[in-house]
Amino acid sequence: MMALATFKGGIHPPDKKDLAKDKAIKEAKSPQRVVIPLSQHLGAPCKPIVSIGQEVKKGEVIGEPGGFVSAPVHSSVSGKVIAIAEFPNAMGRMVNSIVIENDGKEEWASLKDNPDYIKLSSDELKEKVKAAGIVGMGGAAFPTLVKLSPPKEKPIDTVILNGAECEPYLTADYRLMLEKSSDIVEGLKILMRILGVNKGFIGIENNKPDAIEKMKDAARNEPNIEVCGLEVKYPQGAEKMLISAITGREVPPRALPMDVRVVVQNVGTALAVYEAARYGKPLIERVVTVTGEGIKTPANLMVKIGTLISDIVEECGGFKDSAGKVVSGGPMMGFALSTLDVPVTKGTSGILVIPEEGVVHAEEYGPCIRCGRCIDICPMGLMPSMLSILPEKGHYEDAKEYNLFDCFECGSCAFVCPSKRPIVQLIRLAKSLTKP
Amino acid sequence: MADVKKEHELIVTVSPHVRDEETTSRIMWTVNLSLLPAFFMGFYFFGLKALFITALCIISSVLSEYFFQKAVKKKLTVNDGSAFLTGLLLGMNLPSSLWSFNPFTIHVPIIGSVIAVVITKQFFGGLGYNIFNPALIGRAFLLISFPKAMTIWTEPTAAFLALDAKTTATPLGILKEDGIAKLIEAFGDKLNLYAELFNGHRAGSIGETSVLALLIGAGFLLYKRYITWHIPVSFLGTAAALAWIFGGKNPETGKMLLFAGDPLIHLLSGGLMLGAFFMATDYVTCPAVRKGQIVFGIGCGALTMLIRIKGGYPEGVMFAILLMNCFAPLIDRSMKSDVFGAVKEKKK
Repeated sequence: MMALATFKGGIHPPDKKDLAKDKAIKEAKSPQRVVIPLSQHLGAPCKPIVSIGQEVKKGEVIGEPGGFVSAPVHSSVSGKVIAIAEFPNAMGRMVNSIVIENDGKEEWASLKDNPDYIKLSSDELKEKVKAAGIVGMGGAAFPTLVKLSPPKEKPIDTVILNGAECEPYLTADYRLMLEKSSDIVEGLKILMRILGVNKGFIGIENNKPDAIEKMKDAARNEPNIEVCGLEVKYPQGAEKMLISAITGREVPPRALPMDVRVVVQNVGTALAVYEAARYGKPLIERVVTVTGEGIKTPANLMVKIGTLISDIVEECGGFKDSAGKVVSGGPMMGFALSTLDVPVTKGTSGILVIPEEGVVHAEEYGPCIRCGRCIDICPMGLMPSMLSILPEKGHYEDAKEYNLFDCFECGSCAFVCPSKRPIVQLIRLAKSLTKP
Repeated sequence: MADVKKEHELIVTVSPHVRDEETTSRIMWTVNLSLLPAFFMGFYFFGLKALFITALCIISSVLSEYFFQKAVKKKLTVNDGSAFLTGLLLGMNLPSSLWSFNPFTIHVPIIGSVIAVVITKQFFGGLGYNIFNPALIGRAFLLISFPKAMTIWTEPTAAFLALDAKTTATPLGILKEDGIAKLIEAFGDKLNLYAELFNGHRAGSIGETSVLALLIGAGFLLYKRYITWHIPVSFLGTAAALAWIFGGKNPETGKMLLFAGDPLIHLLSGGLMLGAFFMATDYVTCPAVRKGQIVFGIGCGALTMLIRIKGGYPEGVMFAILLMNCFAPLIDRSMKSDVFGAVKEKKK
């Protein structure tokens, strides 16, 4: 086998995927009520188009996009709208949300099988993606339609499916690749057709050999699709790192993947694209890995968007002892929750329960000893040491001299820091107090 | 949503939520450990005096950090091993002859430790903020303040008490004063000279003499990736090249003879090995970016040889590293790491 594709820098945190990797995807219990935020994506929030008391069906549009960089939201259950109000989301912000009481009938608005989906034109397929409200399911939740509509002067020649799943603990993409491999390949073909591209890659970290085999098998009749084994290294699944590993192209600072003729989509997104193109199914459910040393029974659940995390924790048997931290997403970039009464959204890839003894208490940090570990491993080639020292002393503007805004907050620097400095926190502080 | 609310005290912090096991104090104590072989060889050759001097430095370094932090009400950090390391390094950089009651020089290591820890480190803000290597400032201060006591070298008798040890000159001292022929004569033949220098059977500071023991400790640090090759290789490489080019002398006229120097003698003697692997690599006072470290190492090597060949002192490692310490922040500022994608952007 060829040397594994990779990028410069990066870290090797314990992957801890064993906790949930052998749990097949299971349909989560349909909750009594769902809280569906009108802003689950980067960009403009949706405008609600239902009113309190109205009956809605599963898959019915309840919020219309508020702009080009936006995506509609649909009801994930059938039932009655009981509230439209602000609720907290996983990041702790208050977001306008629609609360629907589930009538348990699971009545679909409309689902129609169209086996000839691949013959649809690029624009027709794009329309399906748009209508389904698909956003990036790797975590950032960027509206997929926008990525599929590059300006004319930026031609695209490659689509990469991101199956790296480099965040420790998470196994949602892994399970999808094992269980839905051919649907994912179909999704990739649709994405390639929309963009008029004839080169597709699927990048998977080498700690998932069975997923690599499955995907290779599913793509064996597709000469234009190549499955690419990647070195196990965090953040292999970061868009820029993945592009560099697979194509050797480096996205310049402040530029986008389309500037190097590439579009990257998560494998889960590809599956959603396939289901939208074939069945007209909107994005109303997703796989969530419920894992961590603090949860009784780890699982990979197919969860309806809007299900409260408290419902999911209950379904997984609750906490083992006392939970120290509950994280929405992975341990490297996820958000620690202050309450479990927040909904799963289109970008929720995992729920990680860290028991109290596993919590790293950040308040006891030391001075930077300039050991240079963070500089060696920063995938963006930055100097996190300076990016933490300057904001710590209040020199926010000076941090820009050290390319503050090129940091995408992967957390590798804070992971390796022997003084346990809250580097990401200081970088976020500097970013919020300055302008790029 | 009162019905689904559960009473949990959840901890909220910014990501990442997992951390590596490495800690600053583990690094410091590991470096202390890696110095033990070289210290043990110093103890073996120079006897109990070497042990007393080093212990005195460690105790006074740790105590001065403790009392300073108490006095200014800062958080106590004596457990992190960094004051211990400063004391150990200072002790290893001193002659064992300082343990003497007549003339009385016991106070000299204590003064050096206080200068190192309080003035060089704590006055600048403590660990991480000092500009100069604390142990080296301590030693430089002592060399200037007590020039006589600091240059009394005893023979490596390898006797435990070493009461009858005679004073002698260091190999670099002989080389500077009397030339290479006298140095070889003092050790019998050239091969024996190299062997004795490598083992550490020669006059010098307590911890600098045994190249073998220093390399064992350095190998351990390299293996643990606590240090990288960048500074030692560029430092030693530059020193060796310059020793070869400019270190030779015409035996008759005494004038410089180009490309006739003996790089091996220079590499194996003085504090070069101790400096290149354990002092120049001090995280706080060297550049943090790897390519800057190479510049730093070249500067250290060049200044060392400039002082050794042209300067007034036979040895130049200490001043070379201290001078380059001044440049470390400048090097880091002007040689920043390469931002991902930025190089290719320029080419376009």
